[in-house]
Amino acid sequence: MEIDPFIFRLSIFILSIFIGYFVVWSVTPSLHTPLMSVTNAISSVIIVGAIIAGLAGNSENIFNISGIFGFLAITLAAINIFGGFLVTQRMLAMYKKKKKDK
Amino acid sequence: MISANLSAIFYLISGILFILALRGLSSPETSRQGNFFGIVGMVIAITVTFLSIGNFSSGFVYVLIFLLIGGLIGAYIAYKIPMTAMPELVAGFHSLVGLAAVFVAIAAFLNPDAFNLGSPGDIKLGSLIEMSIGAAVGAITFSGSIIAFLKLQGIMSGSPITFKGQHPLNALILISIIVVTYLLCSTQSSNLFWILLGISFLIGFLLIIPIGGADMPVVISMLNSYSGWAAAGIGFTLENTALIITGALVGSSGAILSYIMCKGMNRSFFNVILGGFGATEQSTSTGSKEQKPVKSGNAEDAAFLMKNASSVIIVPGYGMAVAQAQHALREMVDTLKKNDIKVSYAIHPVAGRMPGHMNVLLAEANVPYDEVFELEEINNDFANADVAFVIGANDVTNPAAKTDSQSPIYGMPVLDVEKCKSVLFVKRSLSPGYAGIDNDLFYKENTLMLFADAKKMTEDITKNL
Repeated sequence: MEIDPFIFRLSIFILSIFIGYFVVWSVTPSLHTPLMSVTNAISSVIIVGAIIAGLAGNSENIFNISGIFGFLAITLAAINIFGGFLVTQRMLAMYKKKKKDK
Repeated sequence: MISANLSAIFYLISGILFILALRGLSSPETSRQGNFFGIVGMVIAITVTFLSIGNFSSGFVYVLIFLLIGGLIGAYIAYKIPMTAMPELVAGFHSLVGLAAVFVAIAAFLNPDAFNLGSPGDIKLGSLIEMSIGAAVGAITFSGSIIAFLKLQGIMSGSPITFKGQHPLNALILISIIVVTYLLCSTQSSNLFWILLGISFLIGFLLIIPIGGADMPVVISMLNSYSGWAAAGIGFTLENTALIITGALVGSSGAILSYIMCKGMNRSFFNVILGGFGATEQSTSTGSKEQKPVKSGNAEDAAFLMKNASSVIIVPGYGMAVAQAQHALREMVDTLKKNDIKVSYAIHPVAGRMPGHMNVLLAEANVPYDEVFELEEINNDFANADVAFVIGANDVTNPAAKTDSQSPIYGMPVLDVEKCKSVLFVKRSLSPGYAGIDNDLFYKENTLMLFADAKKMTEDITKNL
């Protein structure tokens, strides 16, 4: 009997939860705020679904109802991607070690 | 156009890069590289999506335009936002992830052909279930985050909003979400899809209103987790590995942070979620103790104490963020260091309004991160320190958590501030903290209260040093 591809995706999902568990426990507490902003940015990879919806229409009906929701989702996810990564970068740039020459 | 197999491999690569992005955060040195991995992963995912569809007609131009509009807004926000507003920003971003998940689910529901999920009214059962879960969790994330945002921003009162029959109502709505999902999957009716979205928005709203402002660290972490599960649900619908991996990572990340925050308050997760903390306690324990004698001092006294100390531990809290006192504080510490006084910072896990809030503010004020310590690392040092400088923190220093089994915060890990030779407490008034309980520390022999705005007081102390 053939295995449903869903099972493979479920396996990826569950193994990723374990990876997430171990990786996140090793995050230093002082970086918990950047952790939240970067997880925000990466979860916006949902934009791939929005792009599929946005590109689904042909040239006559780009702005059909499903396409409009796609474009809205692209905008929202893009705010998050750019905002999330840039604000994380801005925060991380501030974490400095003690200067040795003091 | 590239083959489905090739694009699946690229999605896997971008998923791995996202794992490395989180892995980088295990230390500040590797964190910037980690963020770069995350960006590369995102670029790969988006590029591969374009290539796999291979439709570079006018629709493509519009996609780029909307991408650019969103990108510019995001970049503008990222550069303008003050660090003290980080909790609001993160809550706002969560709401966008939630809403984007809802929109993608709607688009997929209305036009399943584009996603290879069947045709309208005849969507594959598995996909429909996954889509409904993604949409419902996304909607909850959206409305919940909006409430969290409004509370953090101060537009909405931070105090818990409770009413009679709240919990039965919430339970009823949660059950109806399951029932509607079941009916939706058996009938494929689009009306049921909209109803599902409507009640999910409603429950997100109702779940967050009873939670008080100071429980926001838990709420934000929890919504972080939800946004991940929503993304994963959509990932299953789209059969996209990058999205499934990311959703799982973000989901477990948020769950762990919620756990750490709950532990920092010695409260169970359900206790926080059911809400109402603070509203009931306030009436019982305030008032009666106000009469006790308190030693209050001014900036000169504080400067004198610190000048004669050899080591000082600083305990920042949410009040420091409100007063934007982090820069003034750093200047005071610089002056102390010039006088050969050893200074370190002690951070309680739930100080501030989100995980790591204080650390970011201190980093912004150029405090080197190796002078900043977590509770377990520094708690034994209080006994050997001369002065504890508590600025804008309260409950996290309350010794009642260790001694008074009647106290609502009993059992919560606290900083052993009272073991210091002397304690300086910067506070605007004697009012109790969010837990609504009095802090015995205020009345201790070796405590000097400094009643003033945190920023102004710190500046005055620096002048007197």
